Amino acid sequence: MSPVQLASRTPLSDYAAVIGAGEIEELRTLAKPLAGRTVEMVNSTAVGGGVAEMLNRLVPLSEELGLNIRWEVMTGGEDFFEVTKAFHNALHGEPYHPDPKHFEIYRAYTEQNLKRIPLDAEFVEIHDPQPAGLIESRTDGKSHWIWRCHIDLSHPNRAVWDFLETYVAKYNGALFSSPEFARQLPIPQYLLYPSIDPLAEKNQELDPAFIADVLERYKIDPSRPILTQISRFDRLKDPVGVIRAYRIVRRYFDCQLVLAGGSASDDPEGVVVLREVKAAADNDPDIKVLELPAWAPLEVNALQRASTIVIQKSLREGFGLTVSEALWKKKPVVASAVGGIPTQVIHKHTGLLAHSVEGTAYQIRFLLSHPEIAARLGEQGHQHVKENFLITQNLKSYLTLFLMLSQGTAG
Amino acid sequence: MQVAETPFEFSTVANLTRIGNFSAGTLAELLNGLQHCSDASIFHHTFQTLGSHHFLTEGFSNDFAQWALVDANRDALAEQLAALDIRDYTSIAALRDDLCRVVRDYLLQHPEFAKQETLERFYFCESLQVTLPFGVRAQTLDEFHDGVARLSHAAFHFHFIASRLRLQLRTNDFSHWLANALGLKTLADYINRIDIYTNTLDSAREKVLRLVERERRKHEPSPAC
Repeated sequence: MSPVQLASRTPLSDYAAVIGAGEIEELRTLAKPLAGRTVEMVNSTAVGGGVAEMLNRLVPLSEELGLNIRWEVMTGGEDFFEVTKAFHNALHGEPYHPDPKHFEIYRAYTEQNLKRIPLDAEFVEIHDPQPAGLIESRTDGKSHWIWRCHIDLSHPNRAVWDFLETYVAKYNGALFSSPEFARQLPIPQYLLYPSIDPLAEKNQELDPAFIADVLERYKIDPSRPILTQISRFDRLKDPVGVIRAYRIVRRYFDCQLVLAGGSASDDPEGVVVLREVKAAADNDPDIKVLELPAWAPLEVNALQRASTIVIQKSLREGFGLTVSEALWKKKPVVASAVGGIPTQVIHKHTGLLAHSVEGTAYQIRFLLSHPEIAARLGEQGHQHVKENFLITQNLKSYLTLFLMLSQGTAG
Repeated sequence: MQVAETPFEFSTVANLTRIGNFSAGTLAELLNGLQHCSDASIFHHTFQTLGSHHFLTEGFSNDFAQWALVDANRDALAEQLAALDIRDYTSIAALRDDLCRVVRDYLLQHPEFAKQETLERFYFCESLQVTLPFGVRAQTLDEFHDGVARLSHAAFHFHFIASRLRLQLRTNDFSHWLANALGLKTLADYINRIDIYTNTLDSAREKVLRLVERERRKHEPSPAC
């Protein structure tokens, strides 16, 4: 086991142009008392998915601020990821029949990883359920262990949560993306939003010629409205529901639908769902189902920037960073009022919320009919992301948490 | 240029949100939460939220009003909650009393809505705050101007908005120092009158800076004839 090799490093000073020099100066001031302190982040994948993307940025920025930080990835066989995917869906409220074998597989891989990952930092942050069991290695009361939950725990399957809770209750605190996900726990629970990086390939400004090339490559007509949902091919993202909403909108507007995403390495269900989506699209030439390799950040960026409206019709959602990505690009967003989405889409201020296929279709039609309102929502959405959901804000929250934990003032 | 004996010490501020123990799915539960939640929770949903949503200058005042409007669908109650101006309060206890009074009065007039379920629940959260010296201090108007220009949004909010509770005065850190340390009472009053509901933190800061620049020009020596 070795720490993850980071893909790129962007100096903190580069963010001054985006958020202002004062915010950068503040980060440096907050980090000073934490210089040299050890931090360890552990998750279950180095590539694909929002957590890996966030850590890829957060870790080098923390290093630049003087923290002694490392990022480890838990390893497991196909059987482990099938079990944790089943747990993931069950924690989101999907039907699940408890199978003692599943819990054994989870424990076995936890044991295996405990022997391989050195968990000796002053601040240990464990991301999501997969590595939650690593708390078993904690031997002293000096280090601070935090469990970061990126998923929607508002209606968890009882058996899976009861199993997981035995581990979570041993941490010093838990971080959730929405207060709705907090559980009855004997430890303090904090709100910490995930974030996007404005300077990453997925969010940086693009040359219009590149955007035009991408549209041409995927045979998307730039002269007609483009509705886009960027997400993994996952039933909880309801891509088939998006197609149904699009078909309602099509009765009134000559528009196109783009469904683009890839499969994270810990998501074996993706292939099956992709097949279902293609069947639902039924060879409609105006529905583009695009399977992008490893999320192809520049292509995703181009598709979002070319979109007239961005949709996120999830049935359950941890946070839904694709919403922040779209808002950052000043796009009007129509999204489901689930999970962390209402935190990003403040209804009628930074986007429009919907609760059904029909509601989604109605809000899309409304925005296509009122482009001036769509533009205002996009502009305010951009400000909202700038203030609350950028990587620099995330970094600040972590520094605050570490300062409070070390001072004993974290509640 | 006048030099203050007591310097203005700029601070760095960071907030962490702790998820509280109360939530509300009806207006009756909201009232119960308002009565029993911590002071840090009232602060979070009023003073703090104004800072994190400062870019919304139309129709956003505090989390309680926004929830009453969007999730409880009670426009009249939302309007009354939004009308509570945090500048009128120098203590959380007084603000809590008024929030409770508004909801209680509404429910007395409309008891039929007390137990009606809302679209989404309201979750009471708390702001935990870390404050560190920014390492910048001002003794003159010039130094004050430069310090304000360098502040983050959170630090500006801390000095300009949240300070009312700390000072327990109907003023802010900037105005308090300008009036008491530099004797610039008129400038202090102008700054204290900047409307934090119709300005973003950036535009409020620009107004502070412009007012300070205007004051500086008054003290510049006249060009030699």
